[in-house]
Amino acid sequence: MSPAAIEIRGLRKSYGAVEAVRGIDLTVSEGEVFGLLGPNGAGKTTTVEIVEGFRRRDAGSVSVLGFDPASGDRRLKKQVGIVLQSTGMDPYLTVAETIDMFRAYYPAPRPRDEVLELVGLTEKRDATVTKLSGGQHRRLDVAIALAGDPRLLFLDEPTTGFDPGARRGAWEVIKNLAGLGKTIFLTSHAMDEVEYLADRVAIIAAGRIVAEGSPSTLAGREKATTVIKFQLPALGPELPEQLRQGARIEGASVEVTTTDPTRILYELTNWAVQAQLSLEGLEVARPSLEDVYLSITRDASADGAEK
Amino acid sequence: MSDLRLAVLQVWYTNKAFRRNPASAFFTLVFPLMFLVIFSVLFGNNPIEVAKGVTVQVATFYVPAIAAFSVINACFTNIAMALSYARDAGVLKRTRGSPLPAWAFLFGRIVHSVLIALLLVAICCAFGAIFYHATLPTRTLPAFVLTLVVGAAAFSALGMAMTAAIPNADAAPAVVNASILPLLFISNVFIPLQNPPAWLDFVSKAFPVRHFADALVGSFFTLSGSGLQGTDVLIVGAWGLAGLLISLRFFSWEPRI
Repeated sequence: MSPAAIEIRGLRKSYGAVEAVRGIDLTVSEGEVFGLLGPNGAGKTTTVEIVEGFRRRDAGSVSVLGFDPASGDRRLKKQVGIVLQSTGMDPYLTVAETIDMFRAYYPAPRPRDEVLELVGLTEKRDATVTKLSGGQHRRLDVAIALAGDPRLLFLDEPTTGFDPGARRGAWEVIKNLAGLGKTIFLTSHAMDEVEYLADRVAIIAAGRIVAEGSPSTLAGREKATTVIKFQLPALGPELPEQLRQGARIEGASVEVTTTDPTRILYELTNWAVQAQLSLEGLEVARPSLEDVYLSITRDASADGAEK
Repeated sequence: MSDLRLAVLQVWYTNKAFRRNPASAFFTLVFPLMFLVIFSVLFGNNPIEVAKGVTVQVATFYVPAIAAFSVINACFTNIAMALSYARDAGVLKRTRGSPLPAWAFLFGRIVHSVLIALLLVAICCAFGAIFYHATLPTRTLPAFVLTLVVGAAAFSALGMAMTAAIPNADAAPAVVNASILPLLFISNVFIPLQNPPAWLDFVSKAFPVRHFADALVGSFFTLSGSGLQGTDVLIVGAWGLAGLLISLRFFSWEPRI
């Protein structure tokens, strides 16, 4: 196990009578891409901003690269890059000037042209910020965070407002950074983004971590029931008895819910081939990360509401 | 890079951005001149005999008053508004998350404003001397410059402190104008106070604008002495210090919700 880049123990934070964060423990290893998911108002932003050093905690301990972020220690800030959701920059400086200005703050900055190349803004280098589109602006956000060649990168919904192509591009940038051994702390509402990028995810709801694991095994997702769907030909033979159990038949469409998809599929396709049937619209679906996320956060906020 | 170099670099970048917005830069520079012209036209520019055999144009009193206005506009008004906008746009928050020391960022904005203020004062003096034959300070120049520098620093600090009273960028012009415009009218800046009611005199002396204007006018032209209005300058400095303390306590790097 590599050393922890971020270690959070018993973190708590209230705003007046509202308890936004109610005791969170999290560990992010060095070199890991970690995704934090959660609905709005779940305490996600509060948690991230405490770790980034923007907010004070009420209780618990937080260590980021061995520093307490609340101290505002510049030795920490020099190793961290932050992409926030809505932060401005001077509208009248050019892209290159903006990156150079931030590069000057760090002891070992990444070369400017390399930063421009990474985020795909090389052609816009001499355009002022006022001339950038929304997506380009966001890429400049990422460029600023990369200017200091950080060891740890915070990305808060980094691809919001990107077109699909730019989004893929940004994902590749993030993958590349992860490949260079950077630790990345990602928050996002886009499940496909988290699934593609994160090694590990945690779901926060009502101020607590309610699930933690790899995107493919989160909350027993890999063991969860599988749904098999297909259409039966109108004038074909009946579905055999063992397949009809647990199946929902509505006219021609059939939906079989099972925890043993391998066997069911074998029986189904075996029967169909023997009967010389073609099963239209055959589909095997495992619950998506989004399904898991929705069911977990629904349960958690229902629990939270009861208390 | 050393912190001091970073701070100087901030001045440089602030100036670059300032020059890239020519409409804003142009009107910042001509705004005080417009007032100098308007008041000279409204109130005339007659020669007056201030002592036996010593005659100066009335503009000799307008120029330092408008110089005071220039400093207040460039430092107090500009800093309060620019920082409110930067705060709402998230520029301040981003800076806070970077290793740039907070003081270096503010140094960049404030020193740039002070330099603009000094440029405005120089323009006012030159304009007043050329077109209205105002008498420029010579013997009292050190006192005039000292008063300018103390005033510029103090009003910058007060501009920074003012952001604590500005809830959001949309409210910035209203809050800033409501706080400074009435004072400019009752503080010998736009119009000289002639036999004001006692309470108005009291109010105007309670705030720093009047002391600054009086100190600048007094150090611009005087018949004898250094021209330094020690008490007024000290009061302006004390206000500046109060502004600094309020800023240290209440200045916010994030939008206020």
